[in-house]
Formats: sequence, structure tokens, C-alpha cells
Amino acid sequence: MTVMNSNPENNEILALAEELRWDLPRNFNDHLTEAIYAESSRLAERSVARQGHSRRMDLQNRVDRLLTSPRTGFLIMGLVFATVLWVTIVGANYPSSWLGWLLTDQAYGWLRGVAFAHLPAWMAGVLVDGMFLSTAWVISVMLPPMAIFFPVFTLLEDLGYLPRVAFNLDRVFHRVGAHGKQALTTAMGYGCNAAGVIAARVIDSPRERLIAILTNNFSLCNGRWPTQILIATVFLGALVPAQFAGLVATAAVFGVALLGFALTLGTSWALSRTVLRGEASTFSLELPPYRPPNIWRTLYTSLIDRTLFVLWRAVVFALPAGAVIWGVANIMVGDITLAGWIVSRLDPLGIFLGLNGVILLAYIIAIPANEIVIPSILMLTVLLLGQGDAWTEAGVMFETGPEGVALILKNAGWTALTGVCLMLFSLCHNPCSTTIYTIYKETGSVKWTALSTLLPTAYGLIICGGVAFVARLFF
Amino acid sequence: MSNVCPPSACDSCSAMRGELERLGLKVSKWDYVVALAGNPNTGKSTLFNRLTGLRQHTGNWPGKTIARSEGGFGYGGSRYKIVDLPGTYSLRSASPDETVAREFLLFGKPDLTVVVADATSIERNLNLTLQILQVTDRVVLALNLMDEARAHGILVDARRLAADLGIPVVPCAARSGEGIPELLAEMDGVVKNRIQTRPYRLKLDVPGVASAMDRLVEKLVRRFPDLPNVEWIALRLLEGDRAVAAKVADGSIGREKVSASAHAE
Repeated sequence: MTVMNSNPENNEILALAEELRWDLPRNFNDHLTEAIYAESSRLAERSVARQGHSRRMDLQNRVDRLLTSPRTGFLIMGLVFATVLWVTIVGANYPSSWLGWLLTDQAYGWLRGVAFAHLPAWMAGVLVDGMFLSTAWVISVMLPPMAIFFPVFTLLEDLGYLPRVAFNLDRVFHRVGAHGKQALTTAMGYGCNAAGVIAARVIDSPRERLIAILTNNFSLCNGRWPTQILIATVFLGALVPAQFAGLVATAAVFGVALLGFALTLGTSWALSRTVLRGEASTFSLELPPYRPPNIWRTLYTSLIDRTLFVLWRAVVFALPAGAVIWGVANIMVGDITLAGWIVSRLDPLGIFLGLNGVILLAYIIAIPANEIVIPSILMLTVLLLGQGDAWTEAGVMFETGPEGVALILKNAGWTALTGVCLMLFSLCHNPCSTTIYTIYKETGSVKWTALSTLLPTAYGLIICGGVAFVARLFF
Repeated sequence: MSNVCPPSACDSCSAMRGELERLGLKVSKWDYVVALAGNPNTGKSTLFNRLTGLRQHTGNWPGKTIARSEGGFGYGGSRYKIVDLPGTYSLRSASPDETVAREFLLFGKPDLTVVVADATSIERNLNLTLQILQVTDRVVLALNLMDEARAHGILVDARRLAADLGIPVVPCAARSGEGIPELLAEMDGVVKNRIQTRPYRLKLDVPGVASAMDRLVEKLVRRFPDLPNVEWIALRLLEGDRAVAAKVADGSIGREKVSASAHAE
């Protein structure tokens, strides 16, 4: 006779185990963890000796104490993070201007001349005004911040700083009922939310893993950093004298990222007390030794693996999006364009949220990739403001880099409030379609996928609506 | 037999030890299966690459790699299949990557488990080693990164550690190849039963758990008489480990005693 799945004797064993579990002391898991630690420590003491003084070990221990102490750990974390942002924002400005000059000032005008002279007008429009322009914007707006942010971030990772961050944040996550390893998935989310969602596999409890998946979208991903950086530079940095612009922009982006972290914690807390109730589990986290990173290899791999990969993804989505945008901006519905019609429908909601119809339409077009939000907004604004030629001739077109972007958007009636609300909406809206699909694959549940899509969007509507309402009361 | 040549000559005689033959991915036939286990970032993959001649790339982020990789090598006239398991801190939690390691150690029945430990932080690495010793007998501890440990001024008494743990302990540096011949010799000795291990089993008694443990162990032993790690299994059941519970439920955890004979007693 073969053994069947539900053998009564085997089930008896399990039933006994279940019954016995009721009478066990609470947290006996922790006792066991401690017992094994104590024994390891005893054995290590018997056979390990230190010869003289290891300065390297001393230094590492001293650095670790500084980086992971409750008092200094968070302060240093904030400083490191703000410095990375500041370097990115200030450093990205120059290459952004050069690329803008090269691609939109020079190449665009030349291509436009050639295309319209030799091709049918609609084809030249789709190719140059649509596809080329959107791609040019993606490259000039996205490439410089990514080319600075990623290598710096990877250097910190190679150095061994990220596990220390996870160690610090463990206490915080534990307090809101989430798993300490959520610090790692959150950090991964700062690169890419889809990657962060997959990384949640390292969390053993299904409950805590779901919390990590549902809140990962509050980590600004690489598709959204450039939006944050550009808008902060153009609308908030511009409010103060030039020498403080970088600092103010940094503070604004830092504030949004911090708000995202607060939303992660708040949402984790709310979830772990309602639909995903339970205790946070313990785990051990090893702090690896600091190893000096190989700078050239890091630069090379982070440029090839991450920057070019993300840029490629952005370009792949920007090309068709550019064509679509050109299409909706040129197909007529009655006496206005399709884009104009849609935007006028979205305008009331957009303006209520401190945004406008163009931004909302851009967010719909950019569902496949957050990277193309800014190019979509710029294209739609340009195409709706003045129709093609007249507008280029009017000379408003394409000042280089961020100043050019500022000019285009301010001419379209944007204010500092629009900028702030766009930054907030960029933090809180649906995840990109890749992430949504990944969440579905990882959870296998339509319900959780829908919740993770709708929850941040609801946050965005509430936060933006609230900010716009309050701002209009006072200004 | 060993009297023929004095030990000192054996130590330096490579013919007795045999040569390492790297077999890369050619692992269709093998005599022994070796599992490589250890904490993340201890150089398991470096050791794996050195033994098999493969170039396994692994990230230094725990959880990034979930799958295990396999390769082969020949030594002392035998062919070995070596399985590089994902780095893990503990056998007690059940995240997918750690489950891969735990399942293989428990139920993959490797002929030998090589625990790769970071010699610069032995205390931390002993946590996992002690847990692995709970579930399997044939273990060799490779104290890797000895070069880094020396740079830190750390001295390790490998013989005392070996005596305490009841298993061979080999200091080595997989990066430079230091200690690899010695490691291979010990591995060979254990799989061929020339070296008997007496693994140190930490008593798993937590106040208030002992009586529950005893009852469950008794029941498990009656049902699965030759389960080697019955106390650990009982503990996992008490902790509510679903993976282990499923293995008990369908009987795949070990050889069952036929019900009829149990009644006949």
C-alpha cells in the first residue's frame, strides 16, 4: 500500500504539535535564537584570539557604532542621502543644458528642415515633432541625473553602507508591524519598484511580504527622480537667489522622498493593524565588512547595467508615446484637436488638484513608464499652446535645458503650486504597468494588485487636492 | 596500511592526496554530492569556482540570487557533484532563498556539507554552523578569508574549534587557493568514512518547551524510526513551520514504520 497524502497517523503528529503549541511560552523562538547566539559566542571565545591590536577592525567597529547608533545613525543617513541628491541636482544641470542645446536647439531644427522638405507633412510631423522630440527630451532630461545618481548610489552599496541603513531602519519598520528586511526592498525601490517588489521574496512571512509589496511604490523610482529634480529646480530653486537654488531644490526633493518614506511607514502601520494583522518577526542581519569599492568597475557597471538600461527603456516607450502625442494633438474633433478636447475635459479635475488637464493626460499616456511623464507634458503643452510652425517661428521654442523647460511651462500658466502638486502627484499615483504586472505575478491576486494600484492614487488625489485647497486659501 | 609511510611524508605527498580535476558543468555521473552552505559574502562562490573551474557570478546582496548552481570536480579517483546554495543566515526562517538552502540540506541528502565561514567573524558564522550540525552529521567547516583575518590580527585555533564542533575545520583562502588541498583531503576523508565526525549538537531546551518536545519526539520516532534529526523536526513543528509540517503530513520526511507493526507492539 502506498502512503497517501492524508495519512491519519501523520496527521495525528501534526495535531499533537498544534495542541502543544498552545501551552508553549511566548517568544520561545527568541529564546532559541538567543541560545544559539550565546553558544556561538562561547565557542568563538575558546578558539579565536586577537593578536595585538587590529586597527582595521577598530576603525570598522568605530565607524559602525557611528553609522548604526540610534543617535547619529539617522542623522548621517539623512546627510548622505541629501548629499547624493545635491550632487545629482547641481551636477546634472550642466550636461542637461548641453544636451538640450545639442538635441533640441541644433539637431531638431536641422532635422525638421530636412524632413518637411522631403517627406509628407504628416510623416515629418510624426517622425520629427513626435518621436524625435520626445526622445530628445527623455535623453536631455533623464540621462544626466541618472548618470550621476546611479554610480554614486552603487558606490555606497559596494562600500557596504546599505546594510547599515537596513539595520537602522529595522527598528522603525519593526515598530509599525513590518519586517526589518522591508528596508532592503524599500532601498531597491529607489532604483525600480518592479525590482523592489520582486526583492520582497527575501521576506519570509506572507503578511509582511504583502506589506512590503503594497508600499514599495512610495519609494521614488528612477523614472520619477528626474521629474522631481527637474520640477524642483525649475519651480522651487527659481524662487530664491541663484546661489541657493541648488540647496532649495535639494531640500524639496529630499522632503518629497521623506514624505514617501513616511507614507510607507504610515501605510505599513495601517495595514498591519487592519487587513494584514499580525506580529513582526525577528531575523538576523549581518553587517558585511567595508570593502573599498573598485571605482572604475562600479562606474562602468552602473553606467552599463543601470543607466543605459533605464535610458533604453525610456527611449523605447518615448518613441511610440511621441507618435501618439503627435497624433492626439493633430487629429481634429470638430474644430479642436483630440488632445485639446481631452485636456479640456480633464482640466476641472486637474485644476482642483493644483495640476492641470495636460498633466493628467500625460500621466495616462505615461502609464507604461514614469520616465516619459515630463516629455509628454512638454510635448502636449508645446503642441497645444501654439500649433507647430507658428510657434517655432515665434521664437519661444527651446531655450536650452531647464531654463527652456521653465519658459515653456510658465507660458502655459504654471505656478509654484503646480510644481509642488506635480512633485506630490509624482510620488503618489499608480505604479507603472510593469510594476503592476509584477505585483500581480508575485501576489497572484487581483485584489492585492488593485489595492496597490488604487491606494497610492487615492493618496495622490487627497494630498494634491488638500495642498491646492490650502494654498488657494492663503495666496 | 597507514603504517607504510609516516604521517609527515603523507602530508607532503600529493600522490596520496590526489589531484583536483575541474569538471565544470560535466556532472552527469557522480559518486558523491557535496553541498556548499554558509552566510552570504563568505566566498562560497569563489570556492565553488575554484573547485569546478566555472565562473559563477553572484551579487553581494542577500536575496538577489534565489536559485542554486551545480558543478563538478574529480578528486582521489571519485567524481563529486557540488551544489552552491544561496547564502543564508539561519535555517529557522523560511524566506524563499533560505528555504532553497534548508530543503537541500535536510532532504536533498548530500553526502557532505561544506560550511563556508568567514574567518574574520567566526562568532556570527557559527550561528549557522551550529544549526546545520543539528540536522546533518557529515560536515566540514571551511574557515575562509583567512588572509583577511590575518590582516585583522585574528588568530584562530582551528584544532580546538574542530574538537569543540566534532568536525574537521580547515583554514583556507579560496581567493588565493591557500588551504584548498587540505580542504579536499578532509572532504574526501569524510565522504569515504576514513574520518568519523561527531557533530556537536546544541541542546535545544528552552524552559517550558522540554515536555512538549519529549512528547512530540516520542511520537515522531515511533512513526519515523530512522529520522536523523528528529529533535530539530519536532522543534520546527512546535514553531509552526508549514514546510516541515507538509513533509510530515505526506510522509516524505523519512521512512515510515508500517502501521500494522506499530499496532503489533
